[in-house]
Amino acid sequence: MNILICIKQVPDMESKFKINNEGSWYDRADLAWRMNEYDEYAVEQAVRLKEQVGDADLTVLCIGPDQVKETMKKALAMGCDRGVHVADNDAYQREPIEIASMIADFAKTKNFDIIFTGMQSQDRGSAQVGVMVAELLGIPAITTIVGFAFENGAVQVKRELEGGGKALVNTTTPVLLTCQLGLNTPRYPTLPNIMKAKKKELLTIAPDLSGLGARQETTAFYFPERKGGGIVLEGELPELAEKLIHLLKEKTGVLA
Amino acid sequence: MKTLLVAEFREGKLRVKYSQLLAFAKELPTEASMFLVGSTSDLPQFDGTLYLADVAKYGEYNPTVHKQLLLDVIAKEQPDRIVFHHSSYGWDLAPRIAVALKAAQISEVMALADGEPVVPVCNAKLRRKIKSQTARTVLTLQAGAFGMEEDPVGTPTVVPIDTEACKKVECKGYEAARIEGVDLTKSEIIVSAGRGVGKPENIAMVQALAKALGGEYGGSRPVVDAGWVEHDRQVGTTGRTVTPKLYVACGISGAIQHLAGMKKSDFIVAINTDKDAPIGEVADVFVVADLKQFLPILTEKLQSR
Repeated sequence: MNILICIKQVPDMESKFKINNEGSWYDRADLAWRMNEYDEYAVEQAVRLKEQVGDADLTVLCIGPDQVKETMKKALAMGCDRGVHVADNDAYQREPIEIASMIADFAKTKNFDIIFTGMQSQDRGSAQVGVMVAELLGIPAITTIVGFAFENGAVQVKRELEGGGKALVNTTTPVLLTCQLGLNTPRYPTLPNIMKAKKKELLTIAPDLSGLGARQETTAFYFPERKGGGIVLEGELPELAEKLIHLLKEKTGVLA
Repeated sequence: MKTLLVAEFREGKLRVKYSQLLAFAKELPTEASMFLVGSTSDLPQFDGTLYLADVAKYGEYNPTVHKQLLLDVIAKEQPDRIVFHHSSYGWDLAPRIAVALKAAQISEVMALADGEPVVPVCNAKLRRKIKSQTARTVLTLQAGAFGMEEDPVGTPTVVPIDTEACKKVECKGYEAARIEGVDLTKSEIIVSAGRGVGKPENIAMVQALAKALGGEYGGSRPVVDAGWVEHDRQVGTTGRTVTPKLYVACGISGAIQHLAGMKKSDFIVAINTDKDAPIGEVADVFVVADLKQFLPILTEKLQSR
């Protein structure tokens, strides 16, 4: 089987964000970077599928500046066979359709049986790219999967629905699947696998940027105003506890 | 301006949240029509045109077929905006329409500012206002962001629609949400653990505080996915929606999916080291502290009252 996993490098969401000079996105300086959490589930599911079927080749793809190769190495250490780095310093400001076009352009001649992506990125969070890749390639896409089984060429997945229910969906390959949190338990790369990953192929390619074009414009980028009324308590912990208990007595009936 | 609203139907019923689509349309100078793969036995309350495909024929989840039905309506109706819920149905179908129309898609719209959509960035820590540059725009609306004070009323003018498109995937049915163990929706006091608890051993601190307050403990999605807190105690869009008298969020950053499940609680206390965490938007009291040090002190003081 020929499998593609698309990943994104994102900042740690606990970071202290600043706004960039253009006022169009967060400032990318001085941030800790990691693999988009949803994509870790995509990588893990692909590795498990290879463990199940034996004969499978896993390509991990990531678009961005040189620094994304660090994140790609984690995917290789988790068990992907080869990496394709699509070099693009402007990736962070590209729209979902542009990113999807770059991925589809790479994938269109490779005959991938299954493409795994995260259901969304933690920073932009559009939940568009995976479905758009599938539409551009003309293959089915099933989104938000929390269960996956592959047997005799048939793909069975569970889609997560609002309220905790699930839809059971069957299809065949080729197919694109977008992975939701909880699909599996992503593994931590072991030291021997981290060493092995250093020897795996990590190819950098230049994307074809012709034909890409903006369909939308960021007109403002800002921190939300904190909703008024909330009391912020800071200081020595025992004192904070006293203040909080006092507030609970005063404002709620629960400590009566 | 014309807006086409895409309503949803699941497990034999119209999803009542279509009123949020109407509330959004009401904020714009627009003429609204609606699209639904559903049934005449359960119609939305709305005075306008409803393009209705028969769910018995086309299925509840059937992306390629629903896409074609919708594209046919768009060709006929010529709307400027096509509006979905940002839901398992909407985020699945909307990008297919945006690709087909070569239209801008703006996901998870949470508000309108100067008539332009505003969306969250980085787990709702930041906001981005967007202007579409295409003639048509596809939008998905954040759950609960647009609401109506009263239930919608009206009777739609039903226009039946059909297509010849074939399906590529097969929806075999549904699996119900697991309902077992504790029912948090009945609890008056809930203390919930988030990723900030750091490790599974620290859940005990959250349980101890819940006990000292005489309530139940719960968790956000990451700690439930990690197996630190049981599934039936998950609070949020895919877990329980709770409205206790007191909700204490310990180390919970406040992802939208979590906020949607607890923001209607009477009184919300957040305990977090990160003052910018979005949980601050709904908190009545925000305690800036490391829960691992603060919870034992708070619990002890409550016990010795």
